[in-house]
Amino acid sequence: MSSTATPEASGHSHDDGHGHDGHAHGHAEQNFFLKYFWSTDHKIIGFQYLFTGMFMALIGGFAVYAFRMQIAFPGMSVPGYGRVTATDYNALVTTHGSVMIFWVAMPVLIAALGNYLIPLMIGADDMVFPRLNRLSYQLFLLSIVVLIASFFVQGGAFGGAWTSYPPLSAKPEYNLTPLGAPMWLVAVALEFAAFLLGGINFVTTLMNSRAPGMKMFDVPIVIWMIVIASILFMASVGPLVAGAIMLLFDQTVGTGFFDPKKGGDPVLWQHLFWFFGHPEVYVVLLPAMGIVAEVITTFSRKKLFAYKTVIYTAVGTGALSFFVWAHHQFIAGIDPRMANIFSVTTLLISIPVAEMVFVYIATLFGGSIRLTTPMLWALAFIGEFLLGGVTGIFLGSSGADIYFHDTYFVIAHFHYTFFPIAFIAVFAAVTYWFPKMFGKYMNEAWGKVHFWGTIIPFNFIFIPLFLLGARGDHRRIYDYTHFPDLMKPGMQDLRVLATLSLVVLLAFQVVFLVNYFYSAFKGPKAEANPWKANTLEWQAPSPPPHGNFPEGLPTVYRGPYEYSHPDRQDDHWPQNSPS
Amino acid sequence: MSSFPRPIATTRSATGISTGKLAVWWLIASEIVIFGGVLGSYVMHRIGHPEWASQAEHTNTWAGALNTFILLTSSLMAVLAHQAAEHKDGKKAAKFLYLTILGGLMFLTVKSIEWTNEIHHGFTLTSHTFWSFYYTAAGIHGVHVIVGLIIMAIIASDAKKGIDLQRVEAVGLYWHFVDIVWIFLFPLLYIAK
Repeated sequence: MSSTATPEASGHSHDDGHGHDGHAHGHAEQNFFLKYFWSTDHKIIGFQYLFTGMFMALIGGFAVYAFRMQIAFPGMSVPGYGRVTATDYNALVTTHGSVMIFWVAMPVLIAALGNYLIPLMIGADDMVFPRLNRLSYQLFLLSIVVLIASFFVQGGAFGGAWTSYPPLSAKPEYNLTPLGAPMWLVAVALEFAAFLLGGINFVTTLMNSRAPGMKMFDVPIVIWMIVIASILFMASVGPLVAGAIMLLFDQTVGTGFFDPKKGGDPVLWQHLFWFFGHPEVYVVLLPAMGIVAEVITTFSRKKLFAYKTVIYTAVGTGALSFFVWAHHQFIAGIDPRMANIFSVTTLLISIPVAEMVFVYIATLFGGSIRLTTPMLWALAFIGEFLLGGVTGIFLGSSGADIYFHDTYFVIAHFHYTFFPIAFIAVFAAVTYWFPKMFGKYMNEAWGKVHFWGTIIPFNFIFIPLFLLGARGDHRRIYDYTHFPDLMKPGMQDLRVLATLSLVVLLAFQVVFLVNYFYSAFKGPKAEANPWKANTLEWQAPSPPPHGNFPEGLPTVYRGPYEYSHPDRQDDHWPQNSPS
Repeated sequence: MSSFPRPIATTRSATGISTGKLAVWWLIASEIVIFGGVLGSYVMHRIGHPEWASQAEHTNTWAGALNTFILLTSSLMAVLAHQAAEHKDGKKAAKFLYLTILGGLMFLTVKSIEWTNEIHHGFTLTSHTFWSFYYTAAGIHGVHVIVGLIIMAIIASDAKKGIDLQRVEAVGLYWHFVDIVWIFLFPLLYIAK
């Protein structure tokens, strides 16, 4: 994975403590293309993932705008899109789901933050395999090219939902997208390959390249979480990779892996998919939990309550998450005895997750809380995610799920978990690390406008969907006017309320984008450690140069959360400060 | 080879295991679940469909056994290459790696003769779901063999010049894994009739 040059020959020393390596890479004199598109610097690759993820969020956001308008105002010509046909509707729903999960949450939470933060926060100069890192981003970009190309092929983009259940996904005569369906599958498979490479890099980097003196229990929670999530991903995605190859053969050469007529089994796909799909929820949840841990400790000026408990519960959550997948198949004809077992495991997993929430509340208790924009996002994450978790109890109980399955209750439930993860926690991260990433401050006032302009409409989108789902509103209907039972008084009003709230939420994202890009160029200059935080990334310059620590790679003397230590004048105590 | 400067991070080893070897272990961990997915699905289907035995009896057990022997022998060559690399004998390590590659090529040759024969008798990817599993599982394995051969050729040509000898062990680990997968495939696809 690396070159012929020995470390000595290329000007490096085996000794980490001498600190002459910060500028030894000779990357300073590169042209724009090499610097931003062909870089092996983990920070640039992190930015590539971050900006690609932001761009994909626009696509996912546009898709949801178009199909929600169709639901609220059936048959209207949607401004900016036009008339949404039934085929369009299916493609838009599928695109929204798959883009937001595979091309927004994954790259931003795991790849962007993992790449940017892991080497900085463990006091290394880069990832252990910088070129593998670049290759992983290039594969990821290729997956996006395939996905976007599939929007324009004959028959249009795949419309079989992000879960891609056969027989709908397996047979062109059912899904009517002979090219869109296999292209979607290839795009997803490429994306998995990219994240497998990235995951190996993350895990190896944390295990082997920590700064001298940094024990595993000195590693900041967010890094633990990203690495545990990477391991979860690597351990769960395999069966789906196998399933994707089988489904691709079913689609293109006519095998019958998922076709009962040929001795196959369509429910097998559901097992392979959700064996990955459910751990995937925790793959994205854990980094979000990690971000929140960093932000609330910094802005409560207080040591994280029960550091090791958070790590143990994260590992426990990860382990349990492999035994809950069949709660997605309660009505797919699985044995009711198995459904009972999976109900129990599903409800059990709320224990470690609740434990993390308690730890965060205990950390806040008695702290000197500073309500900065990132802190608002972190606090909102705890509250909103809690609602998502609690409504999961309804769906995890197999008896209740028989009624709730495939209603808007499910949609509202998982958006109450997923939106806090993929957006609320990400906004916390982006605003918290912004001064480090760009050496500038974002505007606090506009940051708070954006916060309230996102949180309030978010609740006005999904509380109506809970109500609709409880009244039996089925989730896969293109035009509700054809279903008088679902057009009872008030039901359409709730749909319109949800859609209008969505438009308001989307409009407020403009505030964020303007604030973000304006501040990145024109914002007031930030010092290296504006929040007075302890972790190593804040001890590097803002923004950190190639090699990260120009004054020498740090040595670590203590854990990451020594705030307001009674023996110290200063209320923070950086990890690399000898005394 | 480019003269890509290694970051300090690559040369650190907090675990005491070299970074390359650690990465190969994680790669193998992620591959185990991929093959686990295919083979798990296949085993569940075989248990559910005892009548597939009538298809399975057309597989060529002798060809499978010969390939098992070839692959195990090539793994021995990989071990000898590692041993030579430990003694810093790059030329010898390269020689044994080339022998390992030869084993892989023989494996692929036997496989292609076998498949050609089966396809001529009408047992194709789509003729029956047993054969779909047969070609898919062995095909994914075959891709791993080919990738292993390419990587080994690159490493052998470096090792000959005494460069990056630590990689000989890493590719050996990968090759043993490919070998072990075949040890599972052989009884499941050929012996279980």
